[in-house]
Amino acid sequence: MQVSIKYFASLRELIGEASVTIDIEENTTVHDLWMEIIRRKNIEFDNVMMTVNMEYVKSERQLIAGDEVAFFPPVTGG
Amino acid sequence: MLVDIRKESFNAYREILSYQESQNFSGEYGATASFVGSMRDFNEDRKVTSMTLEHYPGMTEKHLNAIAREATEKWRLLDVLILHRIGKVTIGEDIVVVASWSAHRKEAFESCRSMMEQLKSSAPFWKKESTTSGSKWVEKNTPGI
Repeated sequence: MQVSIKYFASLRELIGEASVTIDIEENTTVHDLWMEIIRRKNIEFDNVMMTVNMEYVKSERQLIAGDEVAFFPPVTGG
Repeated sequence: MLVDIRKESFNAYREILSYQESQNFSGEYGATASFVGSMRDFNEDRKVTSMTLEHYPGMTEKHLNAIAREATEKWRLLDVLILHRIGKVTIGEDIVVVASWSAHRKEAFESCRSMMEQLKSSAPFWKKESTTSGSKWVEKNTPGI
């Protein structure tokens, strides 16, 4: 199944792309996906924040087809 | 209720006044609390010349609207205003304004503080500072409480 991924700020620069659509296995969690990304890209990144369909989620959240997942560093607005 | 993300520079106090006048609720409120965040020329001992604010289009708007709506559900408020800049911001320009109007000061003070702290800790914005020696992402916000 396919999900789209977005990256922001320093993580977007580190990964070198702002968004991508990928195929994942059924029952993949957000945590599984993040582990796969840091393995494939060979990066280290602390304190990542995760959202699915624009809502903050716990890392054990299971993904479904068509989800929009975002990974980004701690927010610094205001 | 007005929540907006602005690419162009704004004057927070003019925006508060303009919104207040447009709502035509003079006489109903006895308290207005506001917080204005503006751009400094220093951060952690670095001289900052400008900064760029990135956001998550769609989520940021949705999240700020949720913060405003929840405040109106938690406190008895007449109205709420949240404006936030994105893009390139120069020294002295306003970055954020949060304001709330209520009959009495308790609700106005508490809701304004709460909305601002929630915005700081969870609204998806990121600052990249430009200094005379290059640019750098701000890694975290200073604690407000």
